[in-house]
Parts: sequence; structure tokens; C-alpha cells
Amino acid sequence: MSIKGKAYIAGIYEHPTRLAKDLSLAQIHAEVAKGALEDAGLTKDDVDGYFCAGDAPGLGPMSMVEYMGLKVRHVDSTDTGGSSYVLHVGHAAEAIAAGKCKVALITLAGRPRAEGMATGTVPRSRGGTPTPDEPFEFPYGPTVVNMYAMCAMRHMHEFGTTAEQLAWIKVAASHHAQYNPHALLKDVVTVEEVVNSPIISDPLHRLDCCVITDGGGAIVVVAPEIAAKLKRPKIKLLGASEFIKTQMGGKVDLTYSGARFTGKAAFEEAGVKPADIKYASIYDSFTITVLMQLEDLGFCEKGKGGAFVADGNLIAGTGKLPFNTDGGGLCSNHPGNRGGLTKVLEAVRQLRGEAHPKVQVKNCDLAVAHGTGGSLGLRHGSATVILGRE
Amino acid sequence: MAESKERKLPAPSVSAETQAYWDAAAKGKLLVKKCTACNQAHHYPRTICPFCFSDKTEWVEASGKGTIYSYSVMRRAPVPYAMAYVTLAEGPRMVTNIVDCDFDKLKCEQPVKLVFKPTDGGPPLPMFTPA
Repeated sequence: MSIKGKAYIAGIYEHPTRLAKDLSLAQIHAEVAKGALEDAGLTKDDVDGYFCAGDAPGLGPMSMVEYMGLKVRHVDSTDTGGSSYVLHVGHAAEAIAAGKCKVALITLAGRPRAEGMATGTVPRSRGGTPTPDEPFEFPYGPTVVNMYAMCAMRHMHEFGTTAEQLAWIKVAASHHAQYNPHALLKDVVTVEEVVNSPIISDPLHRLDCCVITDGGGAIVVVAPEIAAKLKRPKIKLLGASEFIKTQMGGKVDLTYSGARFTGKAAFEEAGVKPADIKYASIYDSFTITVLMQLEDLGFCEKGKGGAFVADGNLIAGTGKLPFNTDGGGLCSNHPGNRGGLTKVLEAVRQLRGEAHPKVQVKNCDLAVAHGTGGSLGLRHGSATVILGRE
Repeated sequence: MAESKERKLPAPSVSAETQAYWDAAAKGKLLVKKCTACNQAHHYPRTICPFCFSDKTEWVEASGKGTIYSYSVMRRAPVPYAMAYVTLAEGPRMVTNIVDCDFDKLKCEQPVKLVFKPTDGGPPLPMFTPA
């Protein structure tokens, strides 16, 4: 069974805050849920499926189902880090296709800024019973940034990728963020500014990293018969795929991501090719994340990502592949250190024709949203969705 | 020149499954798990082979020779340090640190050799230094 055409994205909402000192975590989940349901033209009582990940307070979906007063007959709290919500869109479509629910609500919220979390530069143990990998990794000091940096270092070694090429990814994101009034970083930056910003962990500079923000977002996925009754543009799910890429028992290869598998599967299910895509939302925890995923999704050959992203090729209006036109995680928002949900949101805005006019892609009828969660250099969950405007 | 400095290392948590690995580390030896069914070594060590799922795995002592697969010097830390994956001569790549070196001279594929560094109240950690 395929999920192609079995579900539609009917509602989206992105919380405007980037610093949520005065909001509780549950409150943000509920505010984004309310926003997405209102966007769809639905009510809380229409929701019969709820999806959340590890950012939700409590055990799986239970606390949030209670807090929001939901009555649901299908739940899914699969957690693959920041990619969870891209994966949830696929899972929601599966549940809808199987008749398990008709209106699926997906929420994300987080407040790492308000909590003063040292997101990228401090090794963190998850606590409780150690994962089997923990004794062989945690004492060495793996952080978010240095594990992604090792991918960049190997990519540079094997393919000659340069810091300047990686910098173009941030430059493109900043060109888009200048039009987003909610973006944390609205200033356009240059390649020189990126490569002259301080090194955090070789070879990644401060400006190769995404922002750290509070906030959240929500998505409402509905059955075709529900979508038909709503007034919003119909955004159809055409393909979805997920994969967990690991160190493979010591055969780790840092030069590619799980997108190699999810891209192929999702494009096949949708019956389209990367060349058909008008707009791409690509997970952008770091510049290297974008570059590797673009290669792995098939937008260019493996190892040619540096040349592909250079010279503004990702900038809407001038480049061949407009990406992350909201400014992405690199400049606008990375709520709760989990950037997958906002990837879906901007893809839907583009397909609806509701992106900022300065970055709206003309005749945008086919888009991809891709997420990477966990650690690109240790183990990560990949998820791809292909979306089309009907 | 950015010389590596000693830093306080947290103790690894030891389980029954990995006790032998850490006991060997305390004696200055690095063990890897090898599967006698598929003849492949893996890391981190498991009882059941992650390649063929056989339970016929055994400990073998590594030579201590390897090469840097990739690395990154964490500059934004109280004491900068070099994270790395080292490819062991026996095959597996392991998460580790490169120590006692000039960080600015590290390179992918550089030969390295095994050293151990003490942890805070636990067994020492296998690390590598330029050979």
C-alpha cells in the first residue's frame, strides 16, 4: 500500500516567539495546535489522532492529550530527534490510509533559550539506564557541533569541499531570513563573514551553526474527504520515507546520511525526480547538514555538493534550487533544537503560494521536506516527504 | 600551535556485557569483539554480532595501530580537545580522542597509536596519539 494521495496537509502554524520565558512547554504545544487547527478551519473536537515526540512533556502523548482535552483513537510518539515531525507526517498518512484516524495533529515545542541550555557545545548524557553506545562515546566529549564537524572534515578530505562553499548555504538562508519578520537573525551575511566568524569545532564556524530558539509549530494532516470540505489550498502527500543510519558496528561512513535511502524511496513513491522539485526544505542544523542531504537526496552527485550550493544556487529568485525560504534553522527558527517541523511548514507555505512575496517560488506545485534528527556523525533518523499542490 | 592539555574525563559506565573490555583497559589493552561465525570485528562491543546476529563472539586484543578517519578540534570548550573516529588496524572505526599532539597538525588518514588516559573514578579510556 502506498500513502500517495491518501492524506493532505490542511493546517499549519509556527509560533512567532523565539524566546519563551513567559510560556510553559505544554502551553506552547497547545498554542501551536490551536493555530494549526484554526488555519485548517477545524476544531479540537475534530482531532482523532495525535502525534508528538520527545519534546512533549510527560510519557509519550499522554500528558498533552490530557492537557489539550483531546479524545483520540490513534497516537504515535516516535522520536527520531529533529526529524520526528517529518516522519510523523508520513505516519499520519499511514494511519489515515488504514482508517485509524481522519484528522491527525502533530505538535512540537521547546524552550532551550529560556532554560539556558548549552545546546551545541556541551556533551550530554541522557541519564537513566545508559544507552549501549554511551560508555564508548560520552566520556570522549561528543557534542552536537563536533560530531557534525567530523562529517564536514571528512567531506572536505574526500571531496575537496571548502569552508567557502559551506558558507554559501548560510548566505542563502540569510538572504531569505531578511524578509521573515520573526527570524532570529535578519541580517544578510557574506561568505567572508561566515568564514571569518570564530571556529566552534573545526571546520565549522559560528555562522555554520543554526540558531537556538524557543517556540514550536504544528501540522494538521487530514483524510481526502476532510480536505475536500475545507477552504484552504489542498496540499497532497505524495511520498514519505524514513531511515535510521548508524555507525554500522564500526563501519561508519560519515560522507553520507540516511537521506540516501529516504530520498530514493520517497521520490519513487511520489513518481517524481529531484529535477522536478520546485522548492526544497532541507534540515539545516549546520551548513554541512544541508550539503550532505542535497547530495543524498539526488539534487547533485555525491561529492559535488560544494559546487552545487556555491554562488547563490540556493537563493530564491536567482538560484536553481530555492531552499528554506523562511530563513530556516540557520537564521530563523530551530524550536526546541528540533527543526523538522518548520521544514514542513515552509514547504506548505510555498505550495500554497503563501511564502513571503520576495521568496515565493513561481508556480510552486512540487516540494520536498527533509529532516535529520539525532547526530549526523553518531546515529541519526532521516525522514523525507514529497508534497504537491492539487 | 594548539597543544592538547589534560582534561578531566568522566568515568564510563560499566555493564556485565562490557566488563572485560574495561578490565583490559585498566591493564593497558584495547579489546575488540570478533565474531567467529562471520569473522568480522565490530565496535562498540556486543554479545551478539551486529553483522550476522551470531552469538559466537569473542574478545581479541587490538594491535593499538590505526589511522584517523575524521576529527574535529572542539575549540569552544574550557579545555579544547580533539574528537575523532580512528580506524583500527583490525577494521572497526571507534569514537575516541586524539591526545598529546599539536591540534593544528592533525590530518585525516594520519597514523596513530593507542594510549590510555585516566578517568574520574573509573577505568581508563583508550585514546590515540600521532604514531
